[in-house]
Amino acid sequence: MISRPRLLIAVIALCSSPLVAHAQGDMSGMNMPGHIMIPSGSIITVADVEFMQGMIAHHAQAIYMSRMADAHGANPRLLRLATKIDQSQVAEIRIMQDWLRRWDQFAPDTSSWRTMHMSGMLTAEQLKTLESSKGVDFDRNFLVMMIQHHNGALKMVADLFATPRAGQEVDVSVFANDVVSVQTAEIGVMQQMLAQLPEK
Amino acid sequence: MQNVRRIAALTAAVIVPALLAAQTYPTGNDPRNGLKSGRLDAGTAASNMRQVSFSPKPAQFDTVRGLTFINSDMAFGTHFVYQGNFAGFSIWDVTSPEKPVLASVVECITSQGDPSIIGNLLFISAEGGGNRNDCGKGGVQNPKDHMAGVRIFDVSNPRAPRLVKNVQTCKGSHTHTVVPSPTDKNIVYLYVSGNQGARSDSELVGCKNGTDPADPSNSLYSLDVIKVPLDHPENAAVVTGARIFTGLDAAPQSAARTSAAAGRGGRGGAAPAGPPPQPTGPRNCHDVTSYPAMHLLAGACASYGLLVDISNPEKPVRLAAQADTNFSLWHTAVFSNDGSKVVFTDEWGGGTAPMCQASSMMEMGGNTILTIGADKKYTQHSYFKIPTAQSAQENCVSHNGGLVPVPGRDIMVQGWYQGGVDVMDFSDADHPKELAFFDRGPIDPLPGADVPVAANAAPGARRGAGGTIGGSWGAYYWNGLIYSSELDRGFDIFELLPSANLSANEIAAAKLVTMSEYNPQSQPHIVWPAAFPVVRSYLDQLVRNKGLDASRTTAINAALDAAEQKTGKARGAALTALAKEVDGDVSGAKDSARVRTMVEAIRALAAVSK
Repeated sequence: MISRPRLLIAVIALCSSPLVAHAQGDMSGMNMPGHIMIPSGSIITVADVEFMQGMIAHHAQAIYMSRMADAHGANPRLLRLATKIDQSQVAEIRIMQDWLRRWDQFAPDTSSWRTMHMSGMLTAEQLKTLESSKGVDFDRNFLVMMIQHHNGALKMVADLFATPRAGQEVDVSVFANDVVSVQTAEIGVMQQMLAQLPEK
Repeated sequence: MQNVRRIAALTAAVIVPALLAAQTYPTGNDPRNGLKSGRLDAGTAASNMRQVSFSPKPAQFDTVRGLTFINSDMAFGTHFVYQGNFAGFSIWDVTSPEKPVLASVVECITSQGDPSIIGNLLFISAEGGGNRNDCGKGGVQNPKDHMAGVRIFDVSNPRAPRLVKNVQTCKGSHTHTVVPSPTDKNIVYLYVSGNQGARSDSELVGCKNGTDPADPSNSLYSLDVIKVPLDHPENAAVVTGARIFTGLDAAPQSAARTSAAAGRGGRGGAAPAGPPPQPTGPRNCHDVTSYPAMHLLAGACASYGLLVDISNPEKPVRLAAQADTNFSLWHTAVFSNDGSKVVFTDEWGGGTAPMCQASSMMEMGGNTILTIGADKKYTQHSYFKIPTAQSAQENCVSHNGGLVPVPGRDIMVQGWYQGGVDVMDFSDADHPKELAFFDRGPIDPLPGADVPVAANAAPGARRGAGGTIGGSWGAYYWNGLIYSSELDRGFDIFELLPSANLSANEIAAAKLVTMSEYNPQSQPHIVWPAAFPVVRSYLDQLVRNKGLDASRTTAINAALDAAEQKTGKARGAALTALAKEVDGDVSGAKDSARVRTMVEAIRALAAVSK
């Protein structure tokens, strides 16, 4: 159920996105999604590659959610948090894509969240709820769902470091630790904001 | 208990009042905009400083891209600069700053390699999962070979450093900070920081990843302290884990949990069952700066800036905690010399992301200035971010720095990664301003350019595919010059130049402050010698801020000139007379405190003129 759409989106990305195709460079050496090949003796592992690929999709959904805030009448403080998440995670997606390309791996683009389902990501039903809410309702739904989303990212990092030999390559290690620091702090901020919303 | 914690957290987490000075990016042209890209041939722009030398990164550290071989922080001792690298360290002999000479390059995989020097002992932070006891490449095959903590090298022969000891800690060491024992010259403590989780008990006995910040057996939520006997560094060991994070859990769990549970009611089933409740307060600091002369420590700890009493280095006690939703990751701290202010930096984007673009949020990824009250609590005053936009190709955010020892002012130099080296005046906590800068164009070409990719390069080794991380990790003033560690390119040395906002006398006074040893995160108390440039610095400041009538500053200047022409006792007598005269200026001056300080400096100079 998961692998088929992933493959589909990969093909779309390759055909339609000049940015992706360009940056992939030599196509012959490139790994296809779902077929991760790591040269023996490499410092990176399949888990590292899956983590980076999955976190791109994970981040991409957070960006999609954050960009709703303005049009859905989010309060100013929430709007600022959403802008911060947007700007932070856009930059991080580039870091992850650069890393994957440097290691000859397939780099998903920002549409990947529609087909890859990682820990904590919103279900279609939750998305519909978020998309159809306004004002304080939006604020509440956004916060509850983004806390869930961030907790999913923390779980992805925990799973990565729990995998033998994974998380040793220095870029992965630094990035994954940053995800924990930043998203843990943001969960704290969001829980506070949630507590300060007017009662239903 | 839950409610008490919640209220405490909400009180601590003050929302920044809107009246904090908000910056906007200037619309005018800045010489830092549009600089030509390139690794060693990038365009440069400088204001009020000049480049003394640039030394490229040693070849041993220049093959694989990404963070594997980037330079990190620096420490300073005698005539050497110790420059950390994620794969070892370099020792530069800077006897001739125009032409630094490599004393040695030590290859030893150790991310992130932050160094400190005490005598002949070099301490290096080791955090990453791929660091091994034997320094070797290829990653950790057997968990027993994993090195995470602080390495101790004997550098008595700077041409042949020798690994003396690997001190293992549960969470490794992202950074560390030297705190000397107040009673025993043979003992230093290393405060070990880093937000990494703990390793398993099977890898290092006693390590535990727990969720309760108050649990004494939990490796998280504690600041690890290593005690080092300097005459027997092989006996260095972790002596305590200080629980300075308890009660900072900002999570009002009851309300949030209920709503969160309701929100997960969808039938999709893909949402996680919900991880166990994790406290959201900091589980460690990213970096702490000690100020031993003041018995204080400023902790930059993820979502909080802490103030800690370190009178007893084995029992640090938290005094204050500041939170700010405009700060993403409290990263590092610098005290003003009088201990009344702290500059905290926010490493938004982790240092690898371009967070100084024209579209980037201005209130994030910069510095904030706090004052410390008599009650030892913080008050937040303002933000400072480099007042020029950088390109999307330049990883940029505020990073490490230290004081420039100009008497009478609070001035800090710091690295902003590819945002360059920047000098900031924070004497007025409400209105920090830029005094000088040096900046290069991006390492990578701008988008749209043809990006060459080395077809034969091994995976991971490609340069030119974009995303090259570089710039100044940290910039520090030491014995008259500014030293900057460039992540990708190498090692820079700069010198300040006089300008309207920083006079030749002030620069000369700063150069009188010399330190045989300097570890920036262990902040030394600066004391200026009795000297004419020190007196003239105060006088220049009184002219600049109109703190004393122009007729008086002109007269004092003439009297100082005349005194300087004299020698010995005659000079002393002239200065004593001048001091007495200027005493009379104190009460009527707009900046009477500065006039008083100047009188003291004149008296001190008189006392040494004999």
